[in-house]
Amino acid sequence: MSTIGKNKPTRVYRSKKPQEGNILLTSASAVINHAQRSSIMPLTFGLACCAIEMIATAGPRFDLSRFGWEAYRASPRQSDLMIVAGTVTNKMAPVVKKLYDQMAEPKWVLAMGSCATCGGVFQTYSVVPGVANLIPVDVYVPGCPPRPEALIHGIMTLQMKIDQKVNFSASLTTVEPGFRGPTRKEPL
Amino acid sequence: MSIDWNRQNFSGEDPEQHPAVVALRAKHGAGLIGVGISRGEVWAVVSPENAIEILTFLRDDPGLSFDYLSDVTAVHWPDRDGAEFDVVYQLYSIGKKVRFRVKVPLSQDQETGTVTGIWPTAEWLEREVFDMFGIRFSGHPDQRRILNPEGFDGHPLRKEFPLKGRVSW
Repeated sequence: MSTIGKNKPTRVYRSKKPQEGNILLTSASAVINHAQRSSIMPLTFGLACCAIEMIATAGPRFDLSRFGWEAYRASPRQSDLMIVAGTVTNKMAPVVKKLYDQMAEPKWVLAMGSCATCGGVFQTYSVVPGVANLIPVDVYVPGCPPRPEALIHGIMTLQMKIDQKVNFSASLTTVEPGFRGPTRKEPL
Repeated sequence: MSIDWNRQNFSGEDPEQHPAVVALRAKHGAGLIGVGISRGEVWAVVSPENAIEILTFLRDDPGLSFDYLSDVTAVHWPDRDGAEFDVVYQLYSIGKKVRFRVKVPLSQDQETGTVTGIWPTAEWLEREVFDMFGIRFSGHPDQRRILNPEGFDGHPLRKEFPLKGRVSW
């Protein structure tokens, strides 16, 4: 079909006969993206004070489970989103890299706060100036620390990025490691 | 009920009246270089040759019984010729509710004895002092870095260490 790989929006065809209704036509790529964007499982780990805000986001006041992302997994094998919440020190850097390598594809990284984004105020000998020096980052959330609303917005931005992912493509025969799909054309 | 936290500090003005200083003057006057007081906190400066002996005495003396070593740290004085480092032991007596501080001046490459035999908690604290200042403790069971990664170059809390590290930020 010509619509494969182009992420056409789902169309609903309604029949006048009630027993022939309830038919959805869409692309497999859109179904896969819908499943992946709606059940994001973050990895349970925090590095500094941003983790407290991340915990508050998962708690009842901000209630991440409203969106279907509340299932924090304690194993990198089961998670597909790494929220780097806090300062990445040189001592911790190999551990973060190893956790990322242990996660199964598809996987995404969200850099939460100034420290994970660029090192923050810690321009010193012991801090990695941004986790992007170690692993590819999909979404940056600014703030020191970001409010829970900001983290929720960051994950929603990641959802929009997942929506743009092309799962089946005739031209792309081999998928390189770290391939994230095309970038979004229009501003978010 | 109110807790008088100031009880931990020394109420007098003369450090010579602190019970630990009185006991040290009586039993270990030779190793005692000097004493001082600031804001009710009394310290004694002790020669490195007698440091282990004096610290063991401070723990074991029934009138003092400094049974808790709350911290081991150091200070770098690059301008002080022949005694560039102070190793500082922060002591606390849980029973007597008294704090005391012992400083051991060391020269650039001088080693001092470990106090892991007196307070086992000193193992990690002395590893941190070694990591940050490069001071070696003879007899330490596991003299490695603790905070910085292995293979790290230099000792960050020395004054000659560049503020933002040796690599371009």
